[in-house]
Amino acid sequence: MEILVCVKRVPDTAENEIEINSEGNDIERDDLVYSVNEWDNYAVEEAIQMVDKHGGSVTVVTVGDEESEEVLRREMAMGAESGLLLTDDAFEGSDGKGIAAILKAAVDKGNYDLIMTGAQADEGYAQVGGMLAAMLDYPYASLVNMIEVGDGKLKVGREIEGGNMEVNEIELPCVLSIQTGINEPRYVGIRGIRKVASVDIPTLGASDLGLDAGSVGEGAARVKRIDYFVPEMGEGAEMLEGSTEEIIDKLIELLKSKGGIK
Amino acid sequence: MAQIFAYILHSNGVLDDSALELLAAAKKIDDSAEVTAIVTGKGIDDVCSKAAESFKSVWKIDNEALSYPNAEVVRKALLSLLPADSIVLLPHDTFGMDLGPGLSVKLDSAFAADVVDFEGVEGNTLKTIRQEFTGQVNTHVHCDISAGAVINVRPGVFQAAEGQAGEVVDKSGELGDLSVKRKFIEVQEAEAGEVDITKSDVLVSIGRGIEDEDNLEMAFELAEAMGADVSCSRPIVDAKWLEKARQVGTSGKTVKPKVYMAMGISGSFQHMGGVKGNPFIVAVNKNPKAPIFQVADVGVEADILEFIPELTEKVKEL
Ligand SMILES: Cc1cc2nc3c(=O)[nH]c(=O)nc-3n(C[C@H](O)[C@H](O)[C@H](O)COP(=O)(O)OP(=O)(O)OC[C@H]3O[C@@H](n4cnc5c(N)ncnc54)[C@H](O)[C@@H]3O)c2cc1C
Ligand SMILES: Cc1cc2nc3c(=O)[nH]c(=O)nc-3n(C[C@H](O)[C@H](O)[C@H](O)COP(=O)(O)OP(=O)(O)OC[C@H]3O[C@@H](n4cnc5c(N)ncnc54)[C@H](O)[C@@H]3O)c2cc1C
Repeated sequence: MEILVCVKRVPDTAENEIEINSEGNDIERDDLVYSVNEWDNYAVEEAIQMVDKHGGSVTVVTVGDEESEEVLRREMAMGAESGLLLTDDAFEGSDGKGIAAILKAAVDKGNYDLIMTGAQADEGYAQVGGMLAAMLDYPYASLVNMIEVGDGKLKVGREIEGGNMEVNEIELPCVLSIQTGINEPRYVGIRGIRKVASVDIPTLGASDLGLDAGSVGEGAARVKRIDYFVPEMGEGAEMLEGSTEEIIDKLIELLKSKGGIK
Repeated sequence: MAQIFAYILHSNGVLDDSALELLAAAKKIDDSAEVTAIVTGKGIDDVCSKAAESFKSVWKIDNEALSYPNAEVVRKALLSLLPADSIVLLPHDTFGMDLGPGLSVKLDSAFAADVVDFEGVEGNTLKTIRQEFTGQVNTHVHCDISAGAVINVRPGVFQAAEGQAGEVVDKSGELGDLSVKRKFIEVQEAEAGEVDITKSDVLVSIGRGIEDEDNLEMAFELAEAMGADVSCSRPIVDAKWLEKARQVGTSGKTVKPKVYMAMGISGSFQHMGGVKGNPFIVAVNKNPKAPIFQVADVGVEADILEFIPELTEKVKEL
């Protein structure tokens, strides 16, 4: 089975205080550490496991800039055979459909049985997989947390509300968006990344992909992020201040009065 | 102004909470809009009548192939019925995520997801507000709706609207071909666990801030000292550190405790969507800007790995 996995380079933000830049058009990115979107690691791991069992190969692809190459190498160190970097000034400012259209052009140049994305990335739209499938006229299933390979089709579980699993049969070729927890992504160390450091990663731009520059990028985007702002905060939590001892004493009083300590 | 449609989820004859939230969202887009509810399924007369208590117009789309809401089939049904330039509202849940992006491609319309507010329409621009980085910052996102839009609205942020009664219009006869390449087979219920956190009065809930599986022990010690149970956020279950039955959130359990202790949890909407019944929420997080502090009653800026053992000590001394 030939599998293409779409991966995105994203900032790791949970533990950082996010600051908005002075123009208000982006966050301060200088101090942020970038890595692969969490969901995409699960997709790559699943693809590798499928290929180990059923043969074929895994290709990872990203739309980004030169720095995005590092995430391709990371996923290749996990076991993806090849990488594809789609980059062009004309791609900048693409909305979700722009990104999906660029990925579609790359799919058209290959011969893939299965395309995987993460369920969502840092901007939280959860859009690229479903758009790509519709553009390709392939069937789509989102939030997949179980895959069984059949003859010309897959049995897939979608994780729905309450953690229940919706089981579907889907024909190949298809697009699946992968939910976290489907597997345990393998660890990659520096050594693994070094091993793939010299593997050639082809870079493709708009003309290589046969894309009309006007069909992607900022000009074609019908969804535009205007600015970032800090929302007007409501009251928010009462922050307990003082020494740890004082804080804990206050907290215990509160917990007692609310029935939190039996 | 283009026509606004709201897709209505329902089960066992009951409208999903999202139905009247989408009505409220539509009113925020255009106060004078006459919103059309779309109900798909098999044998849905009762649900349609219920929807017609709040929506001006209800499209009934009754077909065997729609007896389960398989997004691929629903998409085909909608494509044969929706006028060009429609504004379609969906809940940003596991169904909306499945349907919305592809539907917008096929309708050739704009798509925005996880929208938390609207600032109306100006010309062909629909102004929306979204959050990024689990709610640490907001963004204004503008959609060009000259060819319509599909908007996935975050569940639980709009207060259910009252609405006015209307009529059911049967559209079932106008459907085109509904054959698709994805077949729904069954829903398998999640397994029960060793504890039932939906019954707990007090929860010590652990998030990714716990950092290591070995550190979980301190959470259990605190819970034992307090007479509480241990629950967690999704990453803890993904890492297989705790069983799925302890996960709080939209894809886990809905809990209704009196006291909820969120320890090293950022406060994503999918997590907080599972915390109901207005509990007293205590949040401990080392990031003072963590969104959890917006929804908590009491907050402590601290490293849980240090704070939890100290709190446990003190509680034990009581
Ligand atoms: C400089 C800049 C300008 C931008 N301008 C705009 C704008 O004007 N309007 C707008 O709407 N958006 C804009 N974006 C955002 C960009 O379009 C989003 O990255 C894209 O829409 C994907 O959104 P998401 O993170 O929500 O991905 P999701 O749809 O949530 O991601 C799901 C999955 O899709 C795949 N995927 C997503 N992105 C990529 C990628 N780049 N390469 C490969 N696979 C991918 C991954 O598998 C991922 O797990 C801009 C981004 C940048 C960096
Ligand atoms: C369809 C779908 C369904 C989902 N369903 C659920 C669900 O049911 N339940 C759920 O929880 N999530 C769910 N998620 C995932 C959700 O979007 C978030 O990714 C998740 O809730 C984040 O968990 P977290 O807060 O533990 O981790 P993070 O967001 O990584 O936050 C960790 C927090 O801990 C803090 N921290 C780190 N170290 C320390 C320390 N030493 N001391 C104190 N604080 C520290 C950080 O500042 C941060 O705020 C779902 C996602 C999708 C797409």
